[in-house]
Amino acid sequence: MSRDISRVIPGFPLALGFTVLYLSLIVLLPLGALVWQAADIGFARYIVIMTGPRTLSAFRITLTTAAAATVFNAIYGLALAWVLVRYEFPGKRLLDALVDVPFALPTAVAGLSLSALFASNGWFGAPLAQLGIKVAYTPAGIACAMAFTSLPFVVRTVQPVLEDLAADVEEAAATLGASDGRIFRTVILPAILPAFITGSALGFARSLGEFGAIIFIAGNLPLKTEVVSLLTFIRIEEYDYPAAAAIAATLLGLAFLLLLAVNLTQLWQQRRYGLAK
Amino acid sequence: MDTEKTRTASGPLRVGDGKLTRRLLIGIVLFATLFVLVAPLAAIFHQAFRHGTAAYLASFADPDTRYAIGLTIFTALVVVPINIAFGIAAAWAIAKFRFPGRGLLLALVELPFSISPIIAGVAYLFVYGGQGLLGPFLEAHDIRIMFAVPAIILASLFVTAPFVARELIPLMLAQGSEEEEAAVTLGAGGWRILRLVTLPNVRFALLYGAALCNARVMGEFGAVSVVSGNIRGQTNTLPLQIELLYQDNNAVAAFAVATILAGVALFTLIAKAVIERLDANAVRRAGGAGH
Repeated sequence: MSRDISRVIPGFPLALGFTVLYLSLIVLLPLGALVWQAADIGFARYIVIMTGPRTLSAFRITLTTAAAATVFNAIYGLALAWVLVRYEFPGKRLLDALVDVPFALPTAVAGLSLSALFASNGWFGAPLAQLGIKVAYTPAGIACAMAFTSLPFVVRTVQPVLEDLAADVEEAAATLGASDGRIFRTVILPAILPAFITGSALGFARSLGEFGAIIFIAGNLPLKTEVVSLLTFIRIEEYDYPAAAAIAATLLGLAFLLLLAVNLTQLWQQRRYGLAK
Repeated sequence: MDTEKTRTASGPLRVGDGKLTRRLLIGIVLFATLFVLVAPLAAIFHQAFRHGTAAYLASFADPDTRYAIGLTIFTALVVVPINIAFGIAAAWAIAKFRFPGRGLLLALVELPFSISPIIAGVAYLFVYGGQGLLGPFLEAHDIRIMFAVPAIILASLFVTAPFVARELIPLMLAQGSEEEEAAVTLGAGGWRILRLVTLPNVRFALLYGAALCNARVMGEFGAVSVVSGNIRGQTNTLPLQIELLYQDNNAVAAFAVATILAGVALFTLIAKAVIERLDANAVRRAGGAGH
């Protein structure tokens, strides 16, 4: 708005200088080194590494389990956000606080806990074993770990949008005789869709890179329950730096693509509501 | 606010306000939450105390575990203040000024949040490792960063860089700059404005960002496990110690150590709830100035 006045506030060179210097040293330098290492191995070798059976299977396992975790969180997260915004009930504040547990709890602790829950004598593992379902050391266990660590994303992106939704459109639709299901589909869903997609994409991105929670419960068998982040870690331990660089750079590229998608979604949201913030 | 208005109004109810839908949805969500969020938390404490309090306490006699506690606290004491300073600087630049590349800078600040900690660890290895960008230089000058405490600190700085900034930027944007401009006209300098005007206005967000940053530093696993070298009693932080104990089949000790980190997480969440309440009170006392 008023450019001249905001110029009066001091400290711009120092604040910007420190921010840029810090980001360059802490974020850009290492990421640049990773890209440099990956570029160094050459295209032909990159293809050989990426099409190796173990790499391919790690990507297939990671993408499918992350997709499963994202679908679960999309549904459960949307229901959680809805219940937290629309209803009053005892324990609501506690439920709201619980949603942040996966963000605050270290991933290694989450993984350790899930491994105990799904162990054959665990709270979940024992009854599931009677039904003949095995979760620990299977892809289902990986999906559970991913779902836990990325749970808050959908809730926390949808919640504020749902709160800001004006009641009048819904009431008007109801006066015109539209059913609840129809109003949800035609009025509410379109309004929360960009936030819903953003939250799901962020959760998916988080799941793709998850490491700590997964390695405790996955069993980590090559070609069966080995995820991309673990394979990267193993290649580092084997001093196979080119392979680690190629896989890590690919994972980084995927993260950038998802971030781009999120930003485009937000742009779309701003366009639709005409708020250029 | 809206829900209260709807309930007292005689007009049509909003979607999902029917008694059956309402009860069903609340019931399903609460039931699912018991399994998804409550059980994992409860299982940590249940497992840690499975063989009694004595066995629990004995887990902390292990010198490696004690070392890990010390190293974790040390790392947090170094990393959190640095990222508080970074968060304030980034928020000051982004929220108080318009300049070309501002959007890009904001995206960069939040970038570490979307990057796998394993990628962060590997990237640091390619800078400071023996075959890395600065490897030969560091070796020539006999400086050890990789597989030592400095690497743990650097990787933690990367992973937690956005936490304070992400809390401050939206709040400082929403609050605007009028108070700072008034302070300038009264002749106050930059540091004085920061200390007496800006920081008091964002103190709760700053505290919460610092608490989150602290919890994440203490609990960071992926990035640290790549760069630390996992040396017992030397470069093992608490999360790495948990994994080692678990691999040693020492489940009670692993869960006992996990209760410390779970305690930090619970403390962070309680702090958030308290801060939110204080914040709401502060806004009310200021006559709802923020809205």
